[in-house]
Amino acid sequence: MGRIEDAFARRAAERRKTLVTYLCVGDPDGDASIDLALACAEEGADVLELGCPFSDPSADGAAIARASQRALGRGGGLAETLRVASAVRARSDVPIVLFGYYNPLFVRGEEEAARAVAAAGVDALLVVDLPVDESMPLRAAAASHGLGLVPLVAPTTLPERVARIGALGERFPVPFVYYVSMTGITGGAGASAVLARASAEAARVRSATKRPTVVGFGIDSHARARVAAESADGVVVGSEIVRRIERGATHAERLAGVRELVRELRGAV
Amino acid sequence: MAVVSPAQEPGWYGPFGGRFVSETLIPALDELTAATREIAATEEFEAELRTLLADYVGRPTPLSEASRLARAIDPDRKTLLRLFLKREDLCHTGAHKINNALGQVLLARKMGKTRIIAETGAGQHGVATATACALFGLPCEIYMGAEDVRRQAPNVGRMRLLGAKVVPVDSGSRTLKDAMNEALRDWVTNVATTHYCIGSAAGPHPYPELVARFQSVIGEEARAQILERTGRLPDAAVACVGGGSNAIGLFRGFLSADDVRLYGVEAAGHGVASGRHAATLTAGRVGVLHGSKSYVLCDDGGQIQEAHSISAGLDYPGVGPEHAWLKTSGRARYVSATDDEALAAASLVTRTEGILPALETSHPFAKLGAIADEVARDVGRPATIVLCLSGRGDKDLETLLGRLLPPEERGGS
Repeated sequence: MGRIEDAFARRAAERRKTLVTYLCVGDPDGDASIDLALACAEEGADVLELGCPFSDPSADGAAIARASQRALGRGGGLAETLRVASAVRARSDVPIVLFGYYNPLFVRGEEEAARAVAAAGVDALLVVDLPVDESMPLRAAAASHGLGLVPLVAPTTLPERVARIGALGERFPVPFVYYVSMTGITGGAGASAVLARASAEAARVRSATKRPTVVGFGIDSHARARVAAESADGVVVGSEIVRRIERGATHAERLAGVRELVRELRGAV
Repeated sequence: MAVVSPAQEPGWYGPFGGRFVSETLIPALDELTAATREIAATEEFEAELRTLLADYVGRPTPLSEASRLARAIDPDRKTLLRLFLKREDLCHTGAHKINNALGQVLLARKMGKTRIIAETGAGQHGVATATACALFGLPCEIYMGAEDVRRQAPNVGRMRLLGAKVVPVDSGSRTLKDAMNEALRDWVTNVATTHYCIGSAAGPHPYPELVARFQSVIGEEARAQILERTGRLPDAAVACVGGGSNAIGLFRGFLSADDVRLYGVEAAGHGVASGRHAATLTAGRVGVLHGSKSYVLCDDGGQIQEAHSISAGLDYPGVGPEHAWLKTSGRARYVSATDDEALAAASLVTRTEGILPALETSHPFAKLGAIADEVARDVGRPATIVLCLSGRGDKDLETLLGRLLPPEERGGS
């Protein structure tokens, strides 16, 4: 089993939930991202999503869009994201998901991108603007390098598409499924009822796909994390971490802010 | 409709097209694809749209022969025999954009959508969408880059008068691509009730095909009109290309006629070599932006670059996937004109024909001489050319006055 599968299995055995944390690599700079990512893992994050900044993050809200702009303004992008992933891998065995948009991977070439991503010690890719229908070239290249490709399921996704995603998991590595809690972009605050419904939906997606299913979007506090985690296998927290980093005036403040948040989240799930 | 589409499978033009969007939007795109087939293709819908285009838009638009301009470009008539202008500037609201906006808003209403959003660059698509929404009594929000809000102020005022809410977008390059990002964010949030009225022949499937279908009225009319006037098809059809909707509309009328050469003219801004341009097909590479695989302007790391053009409607680092296919298959040729060339052409067209063209349309005018030379060499006689005059230039007055007239002649008494 891979690192991601191990992480889910460990938490499941403890009857706890898997905590996935996102940060935008290069905000405020690459070296800081290494420290911040390791801090998340030390405070109990089970899986790290390292966000590759993109110029046109149309699925993201203002917080991640601002962080992406800052990172790109300092020369960030896929190359720096891979450098940061390698550095984290050199110091930790925490599972890493490279999170991003398709064009940086496509322009590099699916095969070469998959090779470089795997060489950096990344375990899986999550590409927000690559629905399953268009995912075969990257999925096949990723699989040949032992990389998973994480599919997204949204509240609008019909059952037959969920079944297709389940079928893909029989032929390709699909370490987990990401259930999008609401129709919308990242960075909101999910209403309790919305997150509770998403958690129940995630359980249905897990039964249909036979893969652990996490809930993301709109989870900005330990209280919301607890609601979203109820019937799901885990939760993803992104924009709130990015906001903590944005609010910190110094490296120490940023680290402290992120550590505090992840510790609270860990306590809740 | 009797148009030939090069799409081999739904949503793909050769290796270009597809749907590269969030999972959340896929069911909405499926719904729109089904509506395109089940509603927009019915005789009832086509008849209703035809009536609107005739009684409200003023179609068919004329095909005007521009002899004085042709003479100015080629005094000896060695390369340019006859030049015809397809007068989309005479459409209600002043550009071809209304053809598509009316079609999509009519379709959205029949789909039961209760709110319309759109992105706009020059503001022509925004005005057209706001107009269609006023006509049908639907609420409308228009996303527009803050830089474009500044340089196309008259159109911002028009949209607001029409009852639309104009939302300035301050992120990224503050132009069309950023407006499109913001519109996508709105759509994914309000997808159950809202139709996203994309203005160009770009975006995820089915948009490129839907927009091309609604704009193909340009090419169908032009084809019938030129046959009536000259007894034969033209040697070339020419249009400007930003995202490419007026060009694809014109080209659809002539795609099946192999001896009609198709030319798209992109915006070269300060010159392609300067790096400050919007000549995506001329100088870009294959990539994925705003839902489809096509040519894009991006760096080696896959980050989308900012485009530049004096014309807000062409200031976009992507292009519709069908144009990418027409380029790589060799069916159409794409050239580019700089800001300065477009400005000079705007002045020439105005003074020879009494028509003030939009800055977008000024780009193909700027390349007419070179295109006529090439076509004439090719066919061995002076050429007959149809050019899509996609919009009128009133919205560009401030830019035109600032660049073309000395200060003492810019206004006042």
